[in-house]
Amino acid sequence: MDLGKDLVAASATPLVLAILADGDSYGYAIIKRVTELSGGHLQWTDGMLYPVLHRLERQGLVAAKWGKSETGRRRKYYRLTREGRAQLAAERQRWKVVDQTLHAIWMKTSPA
Amino acid sequence: MPPVEEQIAQWRGYLRRRRAINGADVEELEGHLRDQMAMLTMAGLAGDEAFLVAVKRMGSVDSLSREFAREHSERLWKQLVVTQNESADATAPLLRRETAVVLTLAVAAAFAVKAPELFGVHLLDGNAKLASFYQRNAGFFVMPMLVIYFAWKRGVTAATAASLAILFAIAAVFANIYPFPARSSTQNLTSLHLPIALWFIVGAAYTGGRWLTGDGRMNFVRFSGELFIYYVLIALGGGVLTGFTVMMFDAIGIKIDSFVGTWLVPCGAAGAVIIASWLVEAKQSVIENMAPVLTRVFTPMFTVILLTFLATMAWTGHAIDVKREVLISFDLLLVLVVGLVLYAVSAREPLARPDLFDRLQLLLVMSALAVDVIALAAIAARINEFGFTPNRVAALGENIILLVNLMWSGWLYLQFVRTRAPFTALERWQTDYLPVYSAWAALVVIVFPPLFRFI
Repeated sequence: MDLGKDLVAASATPLVLAILADGDSYGYAIIKRVTELSGGHLQWTDGMLYPVLHRLERQGLVAAKWGKSETGRRRKYYRLTREGRAQLAAERQRWKVVDQTLHAIWMKTSPA
Repeated sequence: MPPVEEQIAQWRGYLRRRRAINGADVEELEGHLRDQMAMLTMAGLAGDEAFLVAVKRMGSVDSLSREFAREHSERLWKQLVVTQNESADATAPLLRRETAVVLTLAVAAAFAVKAPELFGVHLLDGNAKLASFYQRNAGFFVMPMLVIYFAWKRGVTAATAASLAILFAIAAVFANIYPFPARSSTQNLTSLHLPIALWFIVGAAYTGGRWLTGDGRMNFVRFSGELFIYYVLIALGGGVLTGFTVMMFDAIGIKIDSFVGTWLVPCGAAGAVIIASWLVEAKQSVIENMAPVLTRVFTPMFTVILLTFLATMAWTGHAIDVKREVLISFDLLLVLVVGLVLYAVSAREPLARPDLFDRLQLLLVMSALAVDVIALAAIAARINEFGFTPNRVAALGENIILLVNLMWSGWLYLQFVRTRAPFTALERWQTDYLPVYSAWAALVVIVFPPLFRFI
């Protein structure tokens, strides 16, 4: 399913923060998790994730550290910070409002 | 290398070339690509198939670079950071060693300025003027450190290093051997010309012994121009620092003027030369050269001024009022025009066809020649009246040297604009002419004092 650029961009932040809330992770694993959770409906262009991660790092919502992968290559791991956790809670509230509103309208007009 | 590795290396190369994506990002993206490929290979794809799919999923290099640029807009401004970044770079230890060498040499230059005080030679003499020892030896506080830096960096041979040292020794002898009386004008000439002569020893070290090649010299010209600009910028910063220091200590009733005058300013000025050279070295491939940009801006302006001056003189019939300093000011005018030509040449693509700017340069050269010839004629008419003092002979000699350079440059420009000669002829002429300046400077230092009996 094509979600459109704007929706992908808007949902990227809460998705990344939510996945990191489950534990530290790295770019490839985050993408894989998104694909799994969405049942393959949410497909990101892989490379686009990294500018998002770097923005979150700059905003202090996540922290990055170089570690090692299983094969011994250098790999950058990301961790949710305290600010990130707070931001995730706020995002959750916002999306809940959007979700509830849409839900209310759609229940009235055409039950899907 | 297996073909897949080659493909990855090529892809990495494409990413590297994007300014918005830095080395650490490339490493991170490559890790991702390899993870993806490993997963696809496990699912049964062949190596190159996995590569193609993984690259496709990653997104095109163009759109990636655009997204990175949006997040890291600061990277689009070329940054000059001399310290290493977080990515493990093979050049990092080398950079650290260079930093250490440069800082040591800068401190050494700062100390060299104060070292004579240990032997009772003070910076300022009784009349609060620069002491004669310091005047004559000004070049020796900084330039040997600069030569050491470049000799170290370029890894010159022992023979080259020895000849550089011998040249300095000879210069030091001539700077100090002559019995100059107080306020002698030949001593003034020595202190003005010795640094020019010494600068060419720096050039020999800078080019790593390739001083005889035209492009080696041209690189040194580029370096000198950028060094000047960086030095001026550092000096401006130093001025602000000094001003604040004086002001703050003044506020608590402590006068530090003499500390500023005898320590902060001279030591800072000496050390800054080394630091500025290092910055120019570090940034030469990172940041646009400034000197040619300034040349582009000021060539049209100076051309307009010179033409207006000539027109005004023709219109009003006012002759040049020959005063004592007039020769010096026309020398400076020629130095300026030669500089504009030199830095325009230094940045020009030699194979490009003549354009408007080349014609403008030709006009600049011709108008400067016209102005100078008029000035020289006016001076020649009254030279007997003035008599031949060392200052006047030196100024006249310099005027002639610069005039010859400009005349031939004008001729070569004309040939080039009419596509009769290649641009490289002009470039060759400028680089071949450089030793003339140093030879003249050396002549003034060595021959003038005895010739004029040290007056």
